[in-house]
Amino acid sequence: MSQHVLSLLVEDKPGILTRVAALFARRGFNIESLAVGTTEVEGLSRITAVVSLDGQPLEQVTKQLNKLINVLKVVELEQDASIARDHMLIKVKTDAATRSQVLEAVTLFRARVVDVVSDSVVIEVTGDSAKCKAFLKVLEPFGIKELVQSGAIAISRGSKSMSEKVLR
Amino acid sequence: MSKEMLTGAQAIIRSLEMLGVDTIFGLPGGAILPTYDPLMDSKKIRHILVRHEQGAGHAAEGYAAASGKLGVCIATSGPGATNLVTPIMDAMMDSVPLLAITGQVNSHAIGTDAFQEADIVGITMPITKHSFLVTDASQIPATMAAAYELATTGRPGPVLVDVAKDAQNKKFEFSWPPKVELPGYKPVTDPHGKQVQAAAEMILASHKPIFYVGGGVIRAEAHAELARLVELVGAPVTTTLMARGAFPDSHPNHLGMPGMHGTVPAVTALQKADLLITLGARFDDRVTGDVKSFAPGAKVIHVDIDPAEIGKIRHADVPIVGDAKVVIAMLTAELEKQLSGKKPDFASWWQFLNGLKERYPLGYVDTDDGKLSPQLVIKRIGELSGPDATYCAGVGQHQMWAAQFIKYERPNSWLNSGGAGTMGYSVPAAMGAKVAEPDRLVWAIDGDGCFQMTNQELATCAINNIPIKVAIINNSSLGMVRQWQTLFYDKRYSNTDLHTGTDTVMIPDFVKLADAYGCLAIRVEREDEIDAAIKLAIETNDRPVVIDFIVGRDAMVWPMVPAGVSNDAVQYARDAAPIWDGEE
Repeated sequence: MSQHVLSLLVEDKPGILTRVAALFARRGFNIESLAVGTTEVEGLSRITAVVSLDGQPLEQVTKQLNKLINVLKVVELEQDASIARDHMLIKVKTDAATRSQVLEAVTLFRARVVDVVSDSVVIEVTGDSAKCKAFLKVLEPFGIKELVQSGAIAISRGSKSMSEKVLR
Repeated sequence: MSKEMLTGAQAIIRSLEMLGVDTIFGLPGGAILPTYDPLMDSKKIRHILVRHEQGAGHAAEGYAAASGKLGVCIATSGPGATNLVTPIMDAMMDSVPLLAITGQVNSHAIGTDAFQEADIVGITMPITKHSFLVTDASQIPATMAAAYELATTGRPGPVLVDVAKDAQNKKFEFSWPPKVELPGYKPVTDPHGKQVQAAAEMILASHKPIFYVGGGVIRAEAHAELARLVELVGAPVTTTLMARGAFPDSHPNHLGMPGMHGTVPAVTALQKADLLITLGARFDDRVTGDVKSFAPGAKVIHVDIDPAEIGKIRHADVPIVGDAKVVIAMLTAELEKQLSGKKPDFASWWQFLNGLKERYPLGYVDTDDGKLSPQLVIKRIGELSGPDATYCAGVGQHQMWAAQFIKYERPNSWLNSGGAGTMGYSVPAAMGAKVAEPDRLVWAIDGDGCFQMTNQELATCAINNIPIKVAIINNSSLGMVRQWQTLFYDKRYSNTDLHTGTDTVMIPDFVKLADAYGCLAIRVEREDEIDAAIKLAIETNDRPVVIDFIVGRDAMVWPMVPAGVSNDAVQYARDAAPIWDGEE
């Protein structure tokens, strides 16, 4: 099973997310995460999809995605030529005895505490998926009450943008 | 640029007229009512009122497949729209340019589970090339033009335009031509020159090449280019179920159809080839059988207008994305250059293939029960009607026999539901084909099972003066399923008996049924009646004709490769595997 980060530049049309998601489902491709948002160009959205492929070549996925009329471009963002970030909100149990240990972990991972009550804190962390996983592992012993995470978003390194290639 | 105030409904009709549409098949209902009003006044568009929306969809497919033009069907919201789902899926599988227009409930009612509301855009997403929901009248011209472009260019396919009722009623300033913006749609028609060169080199380096020709050659209208290429190369040709007619059956290089019910020479040639020159074909499982053992020694040149088909099933050594017509012409020119007057020598390959052709011609044996041989009936229809006629089949045994025993000489003379395998395709598709080309003799070769799914369109044919000929190959059962039960389920005939034969309760009696529909109805039970009935059908043009051919139910389709096994296991007849002695 290999993981790939795909970046899709799409027209911001009704149903586009359904079309993309349905295509993955119908063709038997597994989505690990999906993140959608607007871009620097009005009318265009960006979808970051992390897919894991078992046997099927990535080429078939991108070709099928390219057939969707509202999809303008599909690129694979290779790990060493791009930056990918996950975003997590974590509610962790704390008491007088453990709070300082939790705060120490927050500092070490360059995370932030965004809400505090007497028996818990809400922590915000951003990073690549390895860092986020490692952070969760550190917090686990204290008791994770709730975890919310975004799909990965990713961008290429260097000065080129995805939309300028398409809109030229 | 003309400008005037029109309602959305008028704009739909006007757009269709501007796009050159002359025929629509449909059935009105609440949400599409506004559009049916201006349709009544159109001088350019003939609307044919069907009896079931599925009939409208298949008729539009038949119209498109026979003429090469866009087929258009129209229905109301909810069940009207969902009745189009099967033909839309059928058109998707067989790359038929189809425009489906559906009414939708008022835009403010969408999402409220309103009367006759169905999310048809959502329902058809995986089975259309694209789909649109229009809730703003001013978007109608551009949407219609975009739908036309999407359906008819690149790899053709079905496009759905769902229009809310209030958008049909609203007035706006109509102008034509509209600006069509499809930034994500850029079909590649011209191939990469280097790839064409590589393909030519590979062909000339091969010893046992074969042209594996698919339906893409027909959709691209590339038959004349193909004929020149084959003449130049001199390699054998096999035409898939979707490509019957793309290359003349009378040509000595034609080995027939490949696949599950392909000829022994075609199936074997693919297995033994060292090069597949794949033109507009997609390595369907009915052609390849077990993919891993398909054409094991062959390199592959794969030409397709859809990049996603290349490498989907079988690795392509030389992938070429492009329009078959353009690619084949370029490949021919490149080969002429590389050959510079010489002729490739495939003599030992042909010696092997000619041996197969001689030993394993298509054939059949008479039935045991004294009833007609279905193969004979179909063969005579083809011989008496000739290659200028158009033949539409349903799905099952009769379809395979029609693909095998009728000789096709021209593209678009063979219409069938290949990828989808839609029972009930035949009668409405024949209706559409006859409307597209009224001067042609059009046969629906149907089974007794298929016929009972869509025969209501005989009313449409009778009333609208569309004199198609229907040959029911009546074996009183779901014949192909029964064949599998005979072969693989120990003759346990679970639910395949239809009771339509003359020695049964005969429900329904097809002659009475056809008579009730205003058709000339004939029953044929004896061999010496076959020709007279076919000739009478050909001569009768004041109404549709239905011939109920009572055939033996134990007749089977041969040759056959059982599902999921290697094509090396092709059986010429039951328990009779071909012998490959004196191999290449």
